[in-house]
Amino acid sequence: MKIHEYQAKQILAQAGIRIPKGSVASTPAEARQAAGELGGKCVIKAQVHAGGRGKAGGIKIAANPQEAESLAAQMLGKRLVTHQTTSEGVLISKVLVEEAVEVQRELYLGLTIDGQAGVPVMMASTAGGMEIEEVARTEPEKILKASISPTSGFLAFHGRRLAFGLGLEPAVMSQATSLMSCLYKLFVSHDLSLAEINPLVVTKDGRLLPLDCKLNIDDNALFRRPELAALRDPGQEDVLELQALSLGVRNYIKLDGNIGCMVNGAGLAMAVLDQITSAGGRPANFLDIGTSNNTERVVNAFKVFVADTRVKAVLINIFGGMARVDVIAQGMVEAHQQMKINFPIVVRLAGTNVEAGKSILEKSGLKYTSASDMKDAAGKVVAVAKK
Amino acid sequence: MSILIDKNTRLIVQGITGGEGSFHAQRCLEYGTKVVGGVTPGKGGAQVAGIPVFNTVDRAVKETEANASLIFVPAAFAPDSIMESADAGIPLIVCITEGIPTLDMVTVMNYLRQKGTRLIGPNCPGVISPGKSKAGIMAGDIHLPGSVGVVSRSGTLTYETVAQLTALGLGQSTCVGIGGDPIIGSSFAEILQLFQKDRATKAVVLIGEIGGGKEQEAAEFIKIMTKPVIAFVAGATAPPGRRMGHAGAIISGSSGTAKEKMAVLKAAGAIIAPTPSEIGTTVRQALAR
Repeated sequence: MKIHEYQAKQILAQAGIRIPKGSVASTPAEARQAAGELGGKCVIKAQVHAGGRGKAGGIKIAANPQEAESLAAQMLGKRLVTHQTTSEGVLISKVLVEEAVEVQRELYLGLTIDGQAGVPVMMASTAGGMEIEEVARTEPEKILKASISPTSGFLAFHGRRLAFGLGLEPAVMSQATSLMSCLYKLFVSHDLSLAEINPLVVTKDGRLLPLDCKLNIDDNALFRRPELAALRDPGQEDVLELQALSLGVRNYIKLDGNIGCMVNGAGLAMAVLDQITSAGGRPANFLDIGTSNNTERVVNAFKVFVADTRVKAVLINIFGGMARVDVIAQGMVEAHQQMKINFPIVVRLAGTNVEAGKSILEKSGLKYTSASDMKDAAGKVVAVAKK
Repeated sequence: MSILIDKNTRLIVQGITGGEGSFHAQRCLEYGTKVVGGVTPGKGGAQVAGIPVFNTVDRAVKETEANASLIFVPAAFAPDSIMESADAGIPLIVCITEGIPTLDMVTVMNYLRQKGTRLIGPNCPGVISPGKSKAGIMAGDIHLPGSVGVVSRSGTLTYETVAQLTALGLGQSTCVGIGGDPIIGSSFAEILQLFQKDRATKAVVLIGEIGGGKEQEAAEFIKIMTKPVIAFVAGATAPPGRRMGHAGAIISGSSGTAKEKMAVLKAAGAIIAPTPSEIGTTVRQALAR
């Protein structure tokens, strides 16, 4: 789960890490007041769950409180489109008004889980302010890493190695090692999947400050972190995805095409999207219907397809394992009883209870096209979606 | 021959009195797996379909000489169950449970390294050696005994692959679902090493996904394999930064894409199936060479 920059910085501050002075504003008037408290000159930062804000106009410098107010007015309520968002962009409902610091050096500090080694790894780089994956690709030697054992935690030598590697001045060195140690403790105590401070800056007055901060929380751990789950901002999420979620249809992700998809299993669902694309079509969504055997979830998935005005055709591809094909088929029948469905449906069924499922569909009198395998299904749905 | 499990596998099921645990323990038993016991704390002395239930894994191992465990315990308690099995000396643990917090898996892996235990999963469909033994949730009847090894991060996409192979008369030596989480017990590379050594396996199908670097790591081993590897990586059309169902399936920035993974696998000598529907036929072509 993603949270906003201002929320992430509050968490850093609670952990004892010094953050830039500033406050969050929901209205232009609040932004003006916040700027006044900072002495006039400040930075206005759009709070959205996407990177690339600077280039997209989501970070602006204000010379005085009046300008802060007008810049905030230009941002608030608008949608910001960055290279990481869809073409619709994401809603700006808050801005962070922060002191404008004079930067001497920009660094990168990150902490994530190394999936191969199965341990947390802290990464530091002098290439601050850049996308770290790009640095890893082009100049891997610029990324310093420290693998951390879960039993001993972050040790003093880890900090020394990274801080010396960054070439920090003695005055900044102890600030850096202390920040790293705090960040590791925070990572563990908050069940984070990613903690990224980019850039971490050394200011001209010798302070080490996180200028931007991204904390992602492990979705699997939200059950035991209710205080973090409460930081979720539904306003950042897509309307259709929110609707799907409210209907209990999890694992629904909106894509930019016009073919609705219902598949069981995440890997198979991705493969079906690939197959549709390879057949020349464009999927409207990713949807893993999961394994819970109830017809209601299928009905609710149809509600989302009906609500999605872009959908020209739907492909249902089920390979029954834990999920039973007859239950899915029954759900399709119930969906047709409960709502008016105007788009053509292509169905490919296989696996557990497939004969019972096919029989339910045949007896129901529903109009649908059946397909023998994935390729056949993708070809057929792409053809009807183009009509 | 096969890898991981065979006729000599003596399986216990942790969480056997729960809905899924009891259902799948019986399906494994019907398939011919020697399911020798189950474990549910507080339910010791009970039976599930004639399978004796014990309070602890330690007791189950002493009574049944179990050498493998299949876990259906809920996510909040599954890490403890995995470590309990490892402590009791079980050499192979298959964990089906989905949704285990990643940091808990850091602790688990640290523990297992000290014990020398092999873990498959979590968040996986399990393992099947067709005609011999099944420790998982896959439908047994889509499989056919044979010489193609299958290793995959996915569940249903593995069933799809197996169905294609079986329809072409290409049987499987063992099918292993390694799981869709960021931290999993066994990597592609480790399973490939087992298949490389297994005399019954003539070719291996590798089904990858977007996110992480496990396919790239596998590619390093594929370079020195003598058996053909046929690969497919799902998620070529997935957008960056979105979790595609599996916790591990996220494209981070510009890395972890299907395109990148397929290119690395191809450069290592793997044969890439162009679309998911062509995995079976690509294997047939590879075996005919």
